[in-house]
Amino acid sequence: MGYEFIEGNEAVARGAMRANCNFFASYPITPASSILHYMNEFVPEAGGLVIQGEDEIASMGFCIGAAMAGRKVLTSTSGPGLSLYSENIGLAIMGETPMVIVNVQRQGPATGSATEGADGDIQFMRWVTSGGLPIIALAPATVEEAYKLTYIAFNFSEKYRTPVFIVSHKELGVTKESVDLDSVELPPMVNRKRIQSGATEYLPHYFEKLEDVPAISDFGGEHVARYTTSTHDKAAYLTTKPEIIQEMIDHYTAKIESAIDDITMVKEDYEDGADTLVISYGITSRSAAVAVREARAKGKKISSLVLQTIWPVPEKAIKSAMERKKKVVVPEMNMGQYIMEIKRLAPRDVEVVGVLKMNTKLVSPQEIIEKGGLL
Amino acid sequence: MTETKYESYMTDKIGPLPFCAGCGHTTLIKALDKALVKLQLDPKEVVIVTDIGCIGLSDRYFLTNGFHGLHGRSITYACGLKLARPELTVITLMGDGAAGIGGTHFLNVARRNIGITLLIGNNFNYGMTGGQHSVTTPTGGKTSTTPWGNPEGPMDLCGTAAAAGAAWVYRATMFDNDLPDAIATAIQQPGFAMMDVWELCTAYYMPRNDLKRKELLELLKSYGYTVGLQADKPRPEYTVRYREAYEAGKSVLKKKKPIEPQFENSVKRQTGIIIAGSAGQKIKSAATSFAEGAMFAGLNATQKDDYPITVQTGHSVAEIVVSPERIDYTGIEAPDYFILISEDGLKRRRAMIEKLPETSTLYADESIELPATKAKIVRLPLAEAAKSIGKLSVAIAAFAAMLEDSGIFPIEAFNTAIRAFTSPKIAEASVSAVSAGAELTNKISKAR
Repeated sequence: MGYEFIEGNEAVARGAMRANCNFFASYPITPASSILHYMNEFVPEAGGLVIQGEDEIASMGFCIGAAMAGRKVLTSTSGPGLSLYSENIGLAIMGETPMVIVNVQRQGPATGSATEGADGDIQFMRWVTSGGLPIIALAPATVEEAYKLTYIAFNFSEKYRTPVFIVSHKELGVTKESVDLDSVELPPMVNRKRIQSGATEYLPHYFEKLEDVPAISDFGGEHVARYTTSTHDKAAYLTTKPEIIQEMIDHYTAKIESAIDDITMVKEDYEDGADTLVISYGITSRSAAVAVREARAKGKKISSLVLQTIWPVPEKAIKSAMERKKKVVVPEMNMGQYIMEIKRLAPRDVEVVGVLKMNTKLVSPQEIIEKGGLL
Repeated sequence: MTETKYESYMTDKIGPLPFCAGCGHTTLIKALDKALVKLQLDPKEVVIVTDIGCIGLSDRYFLTNGFHGLHGRSITYACGLKLARPELTVITLMGDGAAGIGGTHFLNVARRNIGITLLIGNNFNYGMTGGQHSVTTPTGGKTSTTPWGNPEGPMDLCGTAAAAGAAWVYRATMFDNDLPDAIATAIQQPGFAMMDVWELCTAYYMPRNDLKRKELLELLKSYGYTVGLQADKPRPEYTVRYREAYEAGKSVLKKKKPIEPQFENSVKRQTGIIIAGSAGQKIKSAATSFAEGAMFAGLNATQKDDYPITVQTGHSVAEIVVSPERIDYTGIEAPDYFILISEDGLKRRRAMIEKLPETSTLYADESIELPATKAKIVRLPLAEAAKSIGKLSVAIAAFAAMLEDSGIFPIEAFNTAIRAFTSPKIAEASVSAVSAGAELTNKISKAR
């Protein structure tokens, strides 16, 4: 026990190690590179392996192969690298591959400002690959949450056999904070459900109900395993039958969407009689916390909802928080990405106001108060 | 001799191989089956990884594990499987198209010597997408995308692999009687083994270019190529080397001890401190020691740094926030304390310095010409002090001067952090710099 002074990227690495991550592949990119450095310190010591790929595509490929051979895998990148992850993320969804992807966002588009932050990839992470199937994305706001949510991301990836994003940010990844990681409470560890030993038949994508998560047999394990990028049946054999293709697509979707209550993590700070609500996530939620505190200190009744889960959208929590509100303020370090989800869910008589900017600078509490009209 | 258990590693469960009559892929796949029969490997210990292209249809005809991935990336999945479970036999099947799009993986697996077997069914064009030209299409070759003859030159896959450091490289044709034996030898290599197997594409390349067995063998000869082993340079496989390197070098890694608060502080609210100087002045590490000192005094702290990508040039700025409460917003619009130790720092943060309010204190080296500011100014002879304490300790001395003047937490907390997290030799120099820095403030106070 005791405090340490560490950056978000180290906390991500430590959270991964706490989840028994034993394989890491990544390509250097500012501001995510130090995750690669930390994992080199931690993973081989625990008996695992770290490899720096020749590019982002190779790094994802290594991770997918290793994950299907039974490893708990992590990879890290930033916006430009995420573009190169795109096709392989589709493969990971298709093959129901457990893996955690950390995106330490930076100012874009393109190379943008490598050493500056933004939340420019919020919708990109959701729609990152062809086909538009759901993924899970968790947005830590603090170094402590970077640790905790990375650990939980591994649980979700294992439980639902899916890629899970950690939505990090330059301002979190490479900012050091005083933190006591040993005091952080964590849920029990979840590992992928493996097929029973001695089972006579192994179907890599077997489910009875659409939302069931198939039990897995690792490559090199007791059963002959199959994996394919092509539309396939439960046995992972290519199929062109529309009814089977649709059933598999429905399965990938249902296993995430039916689990939304389990996946939803939000922080609610509500005041009775408040007619204004601030909805925020990630690094900007820290500015929102200050803005809400200051507005309350000046006698304003105001509620705050912070989303730790951003994909799938925690619709129930958002809708319930918007009840009896006149105004919802959504600060974001982009030109209005998550606000689209809020507007979609808002009752007609609720005004949804964005406090939006993407110029490398944090949205300040003052900007939220002024542009959001909190006072 | 072990008793032969497996007479074939193929299944007819989904019907016969799907390739066109006379296609070289059928020959290659059957030769691979014969090689596996020769080796009698446990099918559960074998993974056949296929790329995109006609040959990508083949994994499902085997009784072994099958992995069919994205175009050009089969080598990466194969490597991931092998790195995770080095005991597996991992065989990758790809065409010349995949060797092109996945060129970097082809080079890097050879260089790293990851122990997979790569079999390239090289038929000089893309069969699956309609006979377009590839990286191995001969100059002048007619394809759907080079209707007047290919203006490009072909890549020598074996030469490329060998140049990239491949441990074992072999050129073959679909007409070789010993193809199964050659494949078996490839699979037995502990390191990376690659075979370039020249084939006929009866659907596209063969009819367009009148390329039959005789012409294919003449083409090979016309390049000055030979069939057979092209490189044989065995060296330890990657996963073996990885563990060896780790075991040999692991002592360099050191662990940090946790911080237990043991000093008082006088900070009542969130307080912002910025230090601005030049690369090479150890700004970042001094700021970390300062923040850790604050933590030894029971404060929460954050730190972010601002420096150019070319780290050894230009400015270096660190922003520190300390607070008795949880720190939410880490931005600093109006720092309570600004420490300016070089012209580079001024250049980077001039606008902020000009806007400092009267509640701020600006500690600045006495040689720097300052812009107009409302902040209280404390001039420090840092450049002069650097002559005795060394220029690597200037930032530490400046922090000490600021601490002595502001009293936000004890100098001894700063020293405790320095001693806790830096090597004894550097710590000694830094602690001396702390004394020197504090002394600067005391001299100024006396002068006042």
